[in-house]
Amino acid sequence: MTTVPPFRLPGPRWDALWFAIAVLLVWQGLAAWVGTEGLSSPEVTAARLGNMMAAPDFWMHAAATARAMLWSILYTIVGGLLIGLSLGLWRMAGEIAEPILNSLYAIPKITLYPVILLFFGLGIPAKVAFGVAHGIFPVVLLTISGVRATRPVIVRTARAMRLSPVQTILHVLVPAALPEIFTGLRIGIVLAMFGTLIGELFASERGLGFLLMQGVDRGDVPTIMALAVLLFAVAVATGLVLLAIDRKLRHAG
Amino acid sequence: MTSLPRRFIGPIRVAVVIAMIGAVEILCRTGVIDPFTMIAPSAMVVALVRILETGQIGPDAAFTLTNTLAAIAVSVVLGFVLGAIVHGLPRLRRVITPLLAAYYAVPTFVFYPVLIVLFGLNRLPLIAIGAALGVVGMMVSTLDGLDRVPRVLLKTATAYRMTPFSVALRIKLPAAAPQLFTGVKLAVTYSIIGTLAGEFILSVAGLGRRLAIAYNDLDNPTMYGLLLLVLTTVVVLNAIVFHCERRVYRRWQRT
Repeated sequence: MTTVPPFRLPGPRWDALWFAIAVLLVWQGLAAWVGTEGLSSPEVTAARLGNMMAAPDFWMHAAATARAMLWSILYTIVGGLLIGLSLGLWRMAGEIAEPILNSLYAIPKITLYPVILLFFGLGIPAKVAFGVAHGIFPVVLLTISGVRATRPVIVRTARAMRLSPVQTILHVLVPAALPEIFTGLRIGIVLAMFGTLIGELFASERGLGFLLMQGVDRGDVPTIMALAVLLFAVAVATGLVLLAIDRKLRHAG
Repeated sequence: MTSLPRRFIGPIRVAVVIAMIGAVEILCRTGVIDPFTMIAPSAMVVALVRILETGQIGPDAAFTLTNTLAAIAVSVVLGFVLGAIVHGLPRLRRVITPLLAAYYAVPTFVFYPVLIVLFGLNRLPLIAIGAALGVVGMMVSTLDGLDRVPRVLLKTATAYRMTPFSVALRIKLPAAAPQLFTGVKLAVTYSIIGTLAGEFILSVAGLGRRLAIAYNDLDNPTMYGLLLLVLTTVVVLNAIVFHCERRVYRRWQRT
């Protein structure tokens, strides 16, 4: 007796495509069911996105957002690495600080928003501060963890070779702890982008977050969805790039 | 280079935290930080006590708390179920993974208008957003936890001819527990964020609305008092989860 083989979607390489098609279909269905005030269908959203991107205004906002995000990411990486490496190397300080940092990480930063706004005023500094507040904790925590997990023999070898502290850090410690450090960077960068965007929602007259908030205030669903899709696409792209780098780092070791 | 014995570390930590709060207090009192920006920690406590005394906070606090708990419940259950399903479908998982990682980069609460149209201007959109934020954290943790179930245990289960349900309950769930607890903690954090942000923006009711009012009125004492209340609640909720986690582990250490 022959049995009918179960239906299999062709080739794993096409999976992303099948998934995208499925998402579009579900989206179309939901939009039809909910109605235009609730959700805008894929075509309407795409059309709105096209219109927006054709306007020169839009690129001014996009540039403002990009600038704020890049600064956030820069401060997050540099600050996070400096603090993380110091606390990882100075064991005692690291042990004292880690639970405190974990608690701060677990606290919804949203409770700090009014504080940050009052401290930094409205504008780019506040946006960058939001981003750093969100992104710095994973960088610090995972860097500490990565440094701590380095096998002591590596550090001792460095000392046997009489490397200076800076050389030890740059050439021995960071490469040894890199996988975990980079995981922290990955999470931190995405969270920094998120924080910056939140900052734009509340604290700015410029940027994609501001446009988003405008849309929310006016109940302009197509704009909201168009921007959400755009931001999501940028985030996914960034994530994929970071993942690719991550994979290359792991294979090199 | 741990030069001090273990038992000093806890007290040193407490001392550090107290010192930092004390420094902030001094900076506020001496006017280095002006009162329009931030009030002294002691004044925050006073403001909080004052708010609690008037008793008016009751209904709003209850509103926020029930929303948060509902969002946590939905996040945990839905996140676990979705995580378990996706775990069983490796092709789907491979496609979704980068999307899950990017999920938190989009402020999900911009979909409030959509949800208001769907559910009305009541607590449902708030719970929905809180849950939407927490679900992904729980899903990712569930996937991670199920990954770590040692294969030998599953093979033993097959040898004993256990039913899939039995396997899930007795083997997978306990083995994945550490990551599941992490997921619950994430769900707690994100549910609170979603609920508060929603209440802040929508100003229907709840602590978020009070925060919005205080912020707009430049009523710093009330605002900081409320923030302190929220912070304390978060710490308490996290502590409860941490406690449950410890008790579960202690029971297992003994077996």
